[in-house]
Amino acid sequence: MELVEAIILAVLAASTPLLIAATGELVTERSGVLNLGVEGMMIVGAACGFAGAWLTGSIFIGALFGIVAGTLMSLVFALMALGLAVNQVATGLALTILGVGLSGLIGAGFVGERITPALHLDIPGLTNIPLVGRVFFGEDAFVYFSLALVIGVWWFLYRTRSGLILRACGDNHVSAHALGYPVLRIRTLAVMFGGACAGLAGAYLPLAYTPFFIPGMTAGRGWIALALVVFSSWRPGRLVVGAYLFGAVTILQLHAQGWGVGIPSQLMSALPYLATVIVLVLLSRARTGGSTAPAALGTVFVPDR
Amino acid sequence: MQAHQRMLDSTTNGLHSGESPLLRTIGLTKRYGDFLANDAIDIDIWPTEIHALLGENGAGKSTLVKAIYGLIQPSAGQICWQGQPIVLSGPSEARSRGIGMVFQHFSLFDNLTVAENVALGLDGKESFKDMSARLEQVSKTYGLSLDPKREVWQLSVGERQRIEIVRALMQDPQFLILDEPTAVLTPQEADQLFVVLERLKAEGRAILYISHKLEEVKRLCDTATILRGGKKVETCNPRLETAASLARMMVGGEIKEVKAAAGRQTTVPRLVVNDLSLAPGEAHGVRLEHISFELKGGEILGIAGVAGNGQDELFAALSGERLSKDPGTIVIEGLAAGHLSITQRRKLGAAFVPEERLGHGTAPRMKLSENALLTGHAASGMVHHGFIDTAATLKTVDRATETFDVRKAKRDPEAASLSGGNLQKFIVGREILRNPAVLVVSQPTWGVDAGAAAVIRQALLDLATAGAAVLVTSQDLDELAEIADRIAVMFHGHLSAPLATSEATREKLGLLMGGSTLEPKEAAHAVGA
Repeated sequence: MELVEAIILAVLAASTPLLIAATGELVTERSGVLNLGVEGMMIVGAACGFAGAWLTGSIFIGALFGIVAGTLMSLVFALMALGLAVNQVATGLALTILGVGLSGLIGAGFVGERITPALHLDIPGLTNIPLVGRVFFGEDAFVYFSLALVIGVWWFLYRTRSGLILRACGDNHVSAHALGYPVLRIRTLAVMFGGACAGLAGAYLPLAYTPFFIPGMTAGRGWIALALVVFSSWRPGRLVVGAYLFGAVTILQLHAQGWGVGIPSQLMSALPYLATVIVLVLLSRARTGGSTAPAALGTVFVPDR
Repeated sequence: MQAHQRMLDSTTNGLHSGESPLLRTIGLTKRYGDFLANDAIDIDIWPTEIHALLGENGAGKSTLVKAIYGLIQPSAGQICWQGQPIVLSGPSEARSRGIGMVFQHFSLFDNLTVAENVALGLDGKESFKDMSARLEQVSKTYGLSLDPKREVWQLSVGERQRIEIVRALMQDPQFLILDEPTAVLTPQEADQLFVVLERLKAEGRAILYISHKLEEVKRLCDTATILRGGKKVETCNPRLETAASLARMMVGGEIKEVKAAAGRQTTVPRLVVNDLSLAPGEAHGVRLEHISFELKGGEILGIAGVAGNGQDELFAALSGERLSKDPGTIVIEGLAAGHLSITQRRKLGAAFVPEERLGHGTAPRMKLSENALLTGHAASGMVHHGFIDTAATLKTVDRATETFDVRKAKRDPEAASLSGGNLQKFIVGREILRNPAVLVVSQPTWGVDAGAAAVIRQALLDLATAGAAVLVTSQDLDELAEIADRIAVMFHGHLSAPLATSEATREKLGLLMGGSTLEPKEAAHAVGA
């Protein structure tokens, strides 16, 4: 019983950064921009987030540092890919390389330092309910925030006019421009939102997951977040399922090793990616028409004036 | 009612004669670098008027309406709306002033619903629910039926245009711009559109109507302004002109008449298609259903139909871009070719000209000589032992240039630097110079000016006279009537039985294009057989 609870808690903790980063990237991609630099924005967010928390002693300010750092990184991407209409794939990959280097530089002085990790919710009576108490009422603020974020993004995309305009830019930027919508401005905002989320997701790691910073601590989570967006077929609801599934696979892999299951850990680590490929195949087989991906995803747009 | 009230206001505000045009441009000029797209254009548009804007491709029609709709800023000149000079910051300002536009290439979003598409074209001041209700009401009032919940990719071209028109009408515009609205419609659908336009005119609105189709303009429009090379040539009453005189003003000279050689002989079947069925290759594609026809040497078969009814898929199947499982479904020069690659089919004597000039017919950033090599490498002696014979490729370019009057800045420029008409002449020329036994050509004169179109049509006729079998897919019924011996119609992936051109009236073709069947005797294998 306790083991089950422990596993669920671990899965939630492992899934949260994936969910936050993927939600941001989902919004970016829905506007038609493919930013492959999630890993780079996350790792810079992690370094800056830890630095902020260590300097001020406040987890909240640390998180803000992470958000700002991620946003600044995404602005570099926006300048290149939107402002100068450079190839988005190349720019995104370069952003990741830049981020890994930059985070090493920023975080160099903080390696080996410790902070007090983010507090967990504690409601007497509720949190003590066996099995479910800690799962539902004993998490840190990031977990609750991530769920609120997904719901908020869903509501924004499907229930607001601004969300409709954002989806329209992702479907056909030429039409959106012809109707008078500022495609590049909308996309820049979407990229910035994606950067903010990636930065926060990165900051979650040293602020709540492990209370210290080590270089390269995102360990490929940015790439998994990218895969998740495809896995979810660009829908926020499926993103939650996918994030927890991927998080579960990560944790199970650790336990499987502990239990001495004879499956190579590398194969287990590859599972999220395999799952993404399988989902893509299934989606394209089941599709009756229309496109699941935003039709303008990754294409360069230069308005004629 | 509201429109009338505003109209009265505008007349009382009139400057000189007590009346001013709804919209007036004075010396409107748009410059792109050295190129003058619009050169000091004056145009007056009055209420209760359908005003035609005529001109060849590149004459500056689209640039002018884009400026009027606020999509581009003019380099010089003035736009006056109801007598007042205005500067439009963008399309939303144009819309709020009462200027609406229906685009030639629809500005729709395939993966959004009809209602969402309409909402995006409005200013969003009303709730989505109210908007949906109004959408239903407007579409009912004008007889433009639409299902607001369907996604656009599921709809036909005619339905898509209805969305655009309803979207424009929901802003209650006093002035509506339509950019080549009938280019994609069947004759019957076009007639329905004209009823709507007449009604809008009767309500006191003004309409600017861009079209290539002169008969249509003579029938519908009260005034016509003709542009040529970015300049205004004339404003006239199209009803007092003939189609030929309008065409002369557009082209600035006589157009050479296309002449078929008398007594063309048909010989052996050179291209035979037997019961060809093929699943679509992509998400929005059309399934080819039991297509059969026989094309003899010396004959031109025309395939008519509204775009998106399987013409692209048929071209891909014939050219070998998509293979069919049964080799016998396509027979070229007596040999089963359904399973052969493009190159192997070329070696059998077939040549192909796709619809899209840049990106399909040519590689845009490669030189003409390299583009000649791309289709000529297999069977035209341009490659020796794996090495390119550059002299031979350049010679092909020179011959095509000479024979088909391709105008270009230097001997061997990049494909993308040629104008549409000249590039098309080069592509058709490149294939014809290979002396093909079978030529499959899709939309040979789409977006090509009248002069170049005449050259291309004549070349196709000459090729047939020389004994080749020619298959032409076109949406231009006049073109098919001019050059084809027989005409068949594609609808939803089915091909009707071919009609002799002399029997293929517009009415019959229009019915087939809309999916109706003719009398059973006339079209035994037609749609849904």
